[in-house]
Amino acid sequence: MAVTEKQVAIAPQVDETEETRFTWGEVARNLFLRKPLGATGAVVILIMVAVALFADFITPYNPVVNAYDKIHEAPSAEHWLGTDQFGRDVLARIIYGARTALLVGFTASLVGATAGLILGVASAYFGGRFDLLFQRVMDIFIAFPLIIMALAVVSIFGTGTQNVIIAITFPFVPRCARVVRASALAVREIPYVDAARALGFNHVRIIMRHMIPNVMAPYLIILTAFLGQAILLEASLSYLGLGVQEPTPAWGLMLQGGAEEYAESAPWIAIFPGVAISLSVFAFNLFGDAVRDTLDPRLRSD
Amino acid sequence: MYKYIFKRILLMIPTLFGAAVLVFFLMRLVPGDICELRMAGTGQYFDERALQVCREQIGLTKPLFVQFFDWVWGIARLDFGVSMWTGRPITEEIGLRFELSLQVAIMATLTATILAIPLGTISAVKQDTWIDYVVRSFSIAGIAMPSFWLGILIILGLLITTQRYFGVPWMPPIQYTPIWVDPWANLSQLIWPALATGYRYSAVATRMTRSALLEVLREDYVRTARAKGLLEKLIINRHALKNALLPVTTVIGLEFAFLMGGLVVTEQVFNLNGLGKLFVLAVTHHDYTMTQSLVMLVALVFVLTNFFIDVFYAWLDPRIRYR
Repeated sequence: MAVTEKQVAIAPQVDETEETRFTWGEVARNLFLRKPLGATGAVVILIMVAVALFADFITPYNPVVNAYDKIHEAPSAEHWLGTDQFGRDVLARIIYGARTALLVGFTASLVGATAGLILGVASAYFGGRFDLLFQRVMDIFIAFPLIIMALAVVSIFGTGTQNVIIAITFPFVPRCARVVRASALAVREIPYVDAARALGFNHVRIIMRHMIPNVMAPYLIILTAFLGQAILLEASLSYLGLGVQEPTPAWGLMLQGGAEEYAESAPWIAIFPGVAISLSVFAFNLFGDAVRDTLDPRLRSD
Repeated sequence: MYKYIFKRILLMIPTLFGAAVLVFFLMRLVPGDICELRMAGTGQYFDERALQVCREQIGLTKPLFVQFFDWVWGIARLDFGVSMWTGRPITEEIGLRFELSLQVAIMATLTATILAIPLGTISAVKQDTWIDYVVRSFSIAGIAMPSFWLGILIILGLLITTQRYFGVPWMPPIQYTPIWVDPWANLSQLIWPALATGYRYSAVATRMTRSALLEVLREDYVRTARAKGLLEKLIINRHALKNALLPVTTVIGLEFAFLMGGLVVTEQVFNLNGLGKLFVLAVTHHDYTMTQSLVMLVALVFVLTNFFIDVFYAWLDPRIRYR
């Protein structure tokens, strides 16, 4: 009787770990067949990456050189999206802005989520007092809205692309750590971790080789969720004048450069960079949703 | 239940104290201080003696730990001190803006709740149909669109439509009027930021409603309800939604807490004199006392919201109380 009960209790866990094992080919196939929205997102992201990489070949205009004889020109065959208050081509600045957005987005999410992954798993693995203390510290950090935390970091390190990346990475760490820790707690209870310990493996090896591979699903879900947030946060900081600085092309900064003042006379300055931000965050969110649906077996529709 | 509530109240203290330590020492890591900033404006920047006098007046020359304990002791007696920048009492400065921020937060929360629950429910019930795709696109768009840009678009739209139909461009008033003085003037100013943030907020809540309901609809008891032939409408409204709304309450509560301090960017667009703007000013002025108090206020709202969510959970689900 006791044995059957135990088997029943363990059964769903085994199922889950088997279901979350998959090959990359399978993921891609699933994405395109079952997740049309996610696939659309992935395509938009790929286009964005291509545009950012080959910006020099796509637009003939320089995004940072002012041309005072062409201020506030409406969209035309020459300047498809018009020119801004310094006479720079808006489309060129959007295209080069993709570089800034992707650089900040990818670096901040990768570094933030990975740091959170390691801290979260370590916290769950060691448990006890370390875990308790660690959780309290994370609670304190999470108590602040993302933007306020980022503002605080900016006020310490100053503005500029590099510091914006730091400011966005920092608040991501506790958020990822908390999610990963919850999954790692379950993984720690699975007997193979005890087995690894019994074999005399050291903590680092157990964490890196045995625990982290088993919490990749929540890690990837939160990583893809961060990508869109990071781009949005960078735009917000730049819009406030506390992020990327002129003349670096960045979408949020383009809105800040007097978008409201010229709203009537040159609305294209206020409209197109916002479209770029929304479209890219939209794509990252669609993609992230599909990743979550695929990796989280509870949400599968079949 | 009372024991649980008491325990949760005690647990708030270390978090708040931690926030106090964090903000106090973080602020002082920032290069430069308020005196240097003031002197920079008067051209006396290099006068070391004037700087020293200014610092002594504000109390910046005392040892850090003395400053810290003075501050914490002040808070314990509900004395938050004066703003280093304006010299006015902090409670007064915050009080001026609190009303506005609170009203926008409440209006945005209402907008979000009214939109999110029906939309999320229909999207989950009709999963993977065109309705689901439309609702999901609508909600993902809400998360993708920066609320400050939506704000710019709203202002732009208002200017253009009023210009076209009334001949005079109209902008929301900049001067804040309390709602009991002139409800019309008040609403015509605050409804726009509430909509701009409410859309994003409703998007978050819609997604949460959808995924929570999807999870609940796979539970055994829903299958049982279906097996006994209950109307689908009753299953959703009485059985599934009740359980699915728990995580939604959390999201709505946390977003509300966020709105109280995190409206920095939207306030900028609509030129509102709220807590977010005060926060940016305090940080850029190195106004230590003001920044610290605002951070403590944000942390307090967050911790209290969490507290109410937890108590609400425990009230609904007795298993939580006894854990």
